[in-house]
Amino acid sequence: MLRDKQLDLETLPEDEKGLLAEVGIEVNEERREGSFLQQDLDVVHCTVKQEGLEVLPTQEALERYEWLKDYLWQQVSSDKDEYTKAVKEGPYNGYFIRALRGVRGLKPIQTALLIATPGFVQNVHNIVIVEEDAELHIVTGCLTGPHVSKGKHLGITEIYIRKGGKLRFTMVHRWGKNVVVRPRTGVLVEENGQFISHYITFGEVKSVQMFPIVHLNGSNAIAEMQSVLVAPPGASLDIGGEIVCNAPGTRAEIVSRAMTTGGKIISRGRLVGAVKGIKGHLECKGLILKRGLIHAIPELIGQTDEVELSHEAAVGKIAQEEIEYLMARGLDEEEATSMIVRGFLEADIEDLPAPLQKRLDEVIEETSKDLM
Amino acid sequence: MLKIENLSVEINGKQILKDISLEVKKGEVLVLFGPNGSGKTSLLMTIMGFPRYKVVNGRILFKGQDITHLPVYERARLGIGISFQRPPTITGLKTRDLVKRCADDKEIDIETLAKELNFTNLLDRDVNDGLSGGEIKRSELLQLMVQQPDLVLLDEPESGVDLENIALIGEAIKGLLGRAPVKAISCRSLKEEKLRKKRSGIIITHTGHILKYVPADRGKILYKGKMCIGGNPFEILEQISKYGYQECIRCLGINNSI
Ligand SMILES: Nc1ncnc2c1ncn2[C@@H]1O[C@H](COP(=O)(O)OP(=O)(O)OP(=O)(O)O)[C@@H](O)[C@H]1O
Ligand SMILES: [Mg+2]
Repeated sequence: MLRDKQLDLETLPEDEKGLLAEVGIEVNEERREGSFLQQDLDVVHCTVKQEGLEVLPTQEALERYEWLKDYLWQQVSSDKDEYTKAVKEGPYNGYFIRALRGVRGLKPIQTALLIATPGFVQNVHNIVIVEEDAELHIVTGCLTGPHVSKGKHLGITEIYIRKGGKLRFTMVHRWGKNVVVRPRTGVLVEENGQFISHYITFGEVKSVQMFPIVHLNGSNAIAEMQSVLVAPPGASLDIGGEIVCNAPGTRAEIVSRAMTTGGKIISRGRLVGAVKGIKGHLECKGLILKRGLIHAIPELIGQTDEVELSHEAAVGKIAQEEIEYLMARGLDEEEATSMIVRGFLEADIEDLPAPLQKRLDEVIEETSKDLM
Repeated sequence: MLKIENLSVEINGKQILKDISLEVKKGEVLVLFGPNGSGKTSLLMTIMGFPRYKVVNGRILFKGQDITHLPVYERARLGIGISFQRPPTITGLKTRDLVKRCADDKEIDIETLAKELNFTNLLDRDVNDGLSGGEIKRSELLQLMVQQPDLVLLDEPESGVDLENIALIGEAIKGLLGRAPVKAISCRSLKEEKLRKKRSGIIITHTGHILKYVPADRGKILYKGKMCIGGNPFEILEQISKYGYQECIRCLGINNSI
């Protein structure tokens, strides 16, 4: 069994550890309830400390639980596109994470999906189940290993949040220059359940296209999706999300902060109000520093009356007035710019892991300098 | 401290200030009156150096140095500070972080200062984001008190401020101008405290309420882009409220050319 040949994360090469740290993966697992590391298709590390929590490679979970096959391809349709089809045909692996009923107050579980071989096509199928009244925080990092600039990551993630369950899902991407990324995510949230997601990418990549869909099917369910996107030259990001409010009292919020330093970003968001008594807000803010393109596409769909859907979208450069305001306090133009850019990107994200914060600071510093 | 010579300024090709000359001495506080749109804000913004205000003629000297073409931040570093009439919102930047940055390496107890300005609960708000008119004024003053400029430019510091807060703001401005001690600003030695110097200022006001708290040495009226009158600020205020700006300027027989 896989468990016997666990790789100790501390023994990974330093450069790989550094990359993992940047996507929030701590090789010292003290502050984590469980860890999962998949290189290409091999799950090399998979541990869990806490009773009531399960972390398994998807293939192994499918062998263990007969019922699990009924969870596959429910939230994401297998014939959605060429990528979902490719994953279905396999070979694939991925993580299965389950928090049993009432399990809560735990440290995060960390998962990493890493492309280790140049040019590799990594097929992933993840399943997350948060049972009734359970609470879970998953930190997931998707990345290429050291010296890998080319590859493809096709990742299906199906998430089930049962009554009163709560999932915080933090995803950080860090790719090589020529990597193509196609995540396909579907989330089901039942009564009083919560899905809170944060997505962060600010490195090189060839193209990312994703549009996770969340169904709030139980009354008073909540979904919040926030993304912070930075597109360097050569990167093409087509990123968004949809929340469908299918039950009364459901709340939806999508917030995206997109900044281009030369790349292309399509920032989408769609809120659907299918029944009366729902509320949703969409915020799409785009900052074009000098070159690049941002296309914001906010969509609101009300299918009945008594829905409260709103959006706010803005695309542009840094307001000169804001720079000058800070300059009047003694900051030079470069420092003023980086303060404003930092504010723009960090407005809604909570504490970042220290190495990620450091990377982000570097990105901000480089871009502010580049602007002068 | 500040000397302006024959200054003419344009915005988008339109002349806003015409041939203005003005001097503010060390430790002197000048009050600037004038009807809406007369160019008061523009004058302060030009002194601060915002590029939108284009100097087409004349020059500005500060501490003897010609600063007419210096960028904004260099003027700030030389010791000019401004409280904006309408400052922008900066999303994601906490007021506390900006105030800390304004303090630089000065020994200033920001928490105590914020308390004095009744601003403690607002320190963690984004800069000017959703602040009320009066709260914005306090935010501006807090930043200035930390910055400690030698020449303080205050653009209608009391407008939109309620009666209770106006006393608080008045005291703060007194401190800012070096007319009253500021608890939160620790001086490295007692000597320095004794030497606490009076700072210079230009204050724009319509109502004159702030004059109850702040010692003003001189008043002037700016009218249609021209600097018209110099004299006792209280007398000027009285004349304006009695006769109105236009009448006042004519009666006093000053600068009939307007
Ligand atoms: N950015 C701008 N573009 C065009 N005109 C401007 C601009 N800023 C100011 N002005 C014009 O310049 C003139 C002077 O404006 P200023 O704001 O200096 O007046 P003020 O004396 O401060 O008025 P108030 O008492 O209303 O604050 C006004 O006619 C105003 O419309
Ligand atoms: Mg004004």
